Amino acid sequence: MEDMLFYDRLQFAFTITFHYIFPQLTMGLSLIIVFYKGLYLRKKLEKYNDAAKFFMKIFAINFTMGVVTGIPMEFQFGTNWAKFSELTGGIIGQTLAMEGMFSFFLESSFLALFIFGEKLMGQRLHFLTGFLVFLGSWASGWFILATNAWMQHPVGHEVLENGVFVLKDFSALFSNPWLLPAFLHNQVASVVTSSFVVASIGAFYILSGRNVEYGKLFLKTGVIFGLISSILIAFPTGDLNAKNVAKYQPAAFAAMEGIFETEHAGAEIVLIGQPNMVEKKLDNKIAVPNILSFLTYQEWDRQIPGMDQFKKEELPDNIPALYYSYHIMVGLGTIFIGIMSLAVFLLWRKKLYVTKKLLWAIMFLAPFPYIANITGWYVAELGRQPYLVYGLLKTSEGISPTVSSGNTLFTLLGFVGLYLILGVLFLLLVGKTIYQGPKHQTH
Amino acid sequence: MELFWYIIVAIVLTVFFILDGYDFGVGIIHLFMAKEEKDKEVITKSAGLFWDSNEVWLVAAGGLLFMAFPTFYASVFSGFYLPLMMVLWLIIFRAIGLEFRSQFSFQMWKDIWDKSFGVSSLLLALFFGMALGNIVRGVNLGGVENGVSNYEAHYFFLPLWDASFSPLTESPGVIDWFTIVIGLISVVALAIHGANWIILKTNASINNQLKSTILKLNSALVLLTLFSLIMWQWMNPNCFDNFSKNPIFLFFPLIYILGLIGLFFVKKFDREVYGFICSSAIIFGGITSSLVSIFPAILPSTNAINESLTIYNTAASEYGLSVAMGWGVIGFILLFVYLVIQKRLMGGKIDKMDYGH
Repeated sequence: MEDMLFYDRLQFAFTITFHYIFPQLTMGLSLIIVFYKGLYLRKKLEKYNDAAKFFMKIFAINFTMGVVTGIPMEFQFGTNWAKFSELTGGIIGQTLAMEGMFSFFLESSFLALFIFGEKLMGQRLHFLTGFLVFLGSWASGWFILATNAWMQHPVGHEVLENGVFVLKDFSALFSNPWLLPAFLHNQVASVVTSSFVVASIGAFYILSGRNVEYGKLFLKTGVIFGLISSILIAFPTGDLNAKNVAKYQPAAFAAMEGIFETEHAGAEIVLIGQPNMVEKKLDNKIAVPNILSFLTYQEWDRQIPGMDQFKKEELPDNIPALYYSYHIMVGLGTIFIGIMSLAVFLLWRKKLYVTKKLLWAIMFLAPFPYIANITGWYVAELGRQPYLVYGLLKTSEGISPTVSSGNTLFTLLGFVGLYLILGVLFLLLVGKTIYQGPKHQTH
Repeated sequence: MELFWYIIVAIVLTVFFILDGYDFGVGIIHLFMAKEEKDKEVITKSAGLFWDSNEVWLVAAGGLLFMAFPTFYASVFSGFYLPLMMVLWLIIFRAIGLEFRSQFSFQMWKDIWDKSFGVSSLLLALFFGMALGNIVRGVNLGGVENGVSNYEAHYFFLPLWDASFSPLTESPGVIDWFTIVIGLISVVALAIHGANWIILKTNASINNQLKSTILKLNSALVLLTLFSLIMWQWMNPNCFDNFSKNPIFLFFPLIYILGLIGLFFVKKFDREVYGFICSSAIIFGGITSSLVSIFPAILPSTNAINESLTIYNTAASEYGLSVAMGWGVIGFILLFVYLVIQKRLMGGKIDKMDYGH
């Protein structure tokens, strides 16, 4: 039984982590593509249209990967988490089915038209199809976050005697106080990833001396979008999310901030330190007193409950992983604001394109927003443990009763092998597209 | 309300098999019949332009099934664990076969992805047919052994096969003689469907040859269908009760038969779309007739202890189903609009369409 739970969780974690590499780029990139297409309509300069079409190629590769790795996510609700599906399907089935109806059909119908139909439709309609693809991909984020928000902070339901969750109030699923901050945080985070990728490609073109004009355009777009989104990711969206966790999941909040003992005169904020689970303290800690209380409640001496206030079975089951994920996300977010502020300052002083060291840094920065995004999701998911539906349904109660751990291990190994091949092909194709550059004509 | 959602999910699923069905069929035809690079390219394109928006119907069917019949979703997806995971992997190989082919222009690269597309399409057609066979045959619900259930009454786990490969044992596997026959029917029917799609959408040089292939495959399909019906009657003497009690349901098998008959005239059609309509009728008639024959069950039980899963004992709450009806109607109207726009802009032969990456 323990084994079954472990492999079911590991397979879901592995497949969702790999899957989320792709949507986080496509959601943000669709916004940048619409931006370029709009600029082209206003200014009629070919380079903007070239830029839109170039990023569309990168979008298309990511989109395919997102679709093929996304279907296993939907299937796994039934295959590995059958009990969870049976008990809560009447509720999360609503939001997941709506995602299919209102976002996937929109996205897939108009993506083909956007890629193949420019000559057929004319520029205005082409812009419109691009906009609809953007709308579809963000709607998808909305419904997934609505599903997750219900699991984090369940509302609008009733639990029957046999344990089945029954929907009582449909609109509550969308007015859930957890939803809007989480949605905005997630979408802005996807803009961070895509603007850093755009800036990184731009830096590569300038440094390598290929397509320098496009390189400058991409870099400028990337750092401006990058600075705005890096700031929004911390404030207000990150701040609002942290306050929600403090309010609705205080045990998760204590664990992610690394507060082992309650401090009565206000909680310190931990910058660095390693959780020591044996002695229940942080090793090598660097912390600033009272800041956490102020950030969370705007009161310097407000008491924040530490992990000592909770029973062991209410606390997340992997505290170090939760703590590190949170601190990696926040740390990277801070570095992003720093580097992008410097880049925008140099852009304004007209020195950005010749500051080689910064260009190198920006070029190699591209993988880090992916790490920040994924660790951010780990914070949400590890923080919710040991529950699937917070406070109501334990993760261990959600797995499929008939699927043995051996079967799951077999399919997990299958996914690892298959995704390794997919990952290599993905890098090859994206690399080729970047190498060929925006001016490459297809026959 | 359960009946309403049952019909909706059945429609969405049938549309998926008609739309993505031609992609699988195109893959099968491509694997066995396409020899010249020019044909290969245009045939891949006739699936490559559409597979993605077709596959969304599967995702939508899954989502709607999850929402409306959560107990059925949970039971079937965990019970058919291994075959479903293999379907997922095949879907991945099918998709990347179509999408990656044109990324490099050297022949070996194209050959690899052609095989990836063709072989996974063939296996997917076989697997989906076998899935239908498993659903109508039923499974050992509750995992009964010697008169005792091993699981809750609505759960089961199917091995890939039972050593006897017989559909009549108390706990049959995924693969038995009956499901293999249904799987073959699916392969043949979808191959015909794919051939009709290629004739409709392309000017491939093998189009005339394909019409002769359709005639041969159609004869094979008639024989296989008769054989499967005899087999089924032998397995379950009551399998046609729903039709004898309510003759109006004979409408569904009639559609199937009309499709079969129609295809024998494939060389005489003055419009290419008629062939495609006939094979769509076969798919529609085949799936709906199978579902009607076991109604109101959606997964019959092969043991006497646990009762079959029906649309009534697996459905979500009344309130949930009626709210979903509200947004469902809006969703379907939008869907219809997208389809019209897409078909208007991408109608006609696709040979000349720019498929550049």
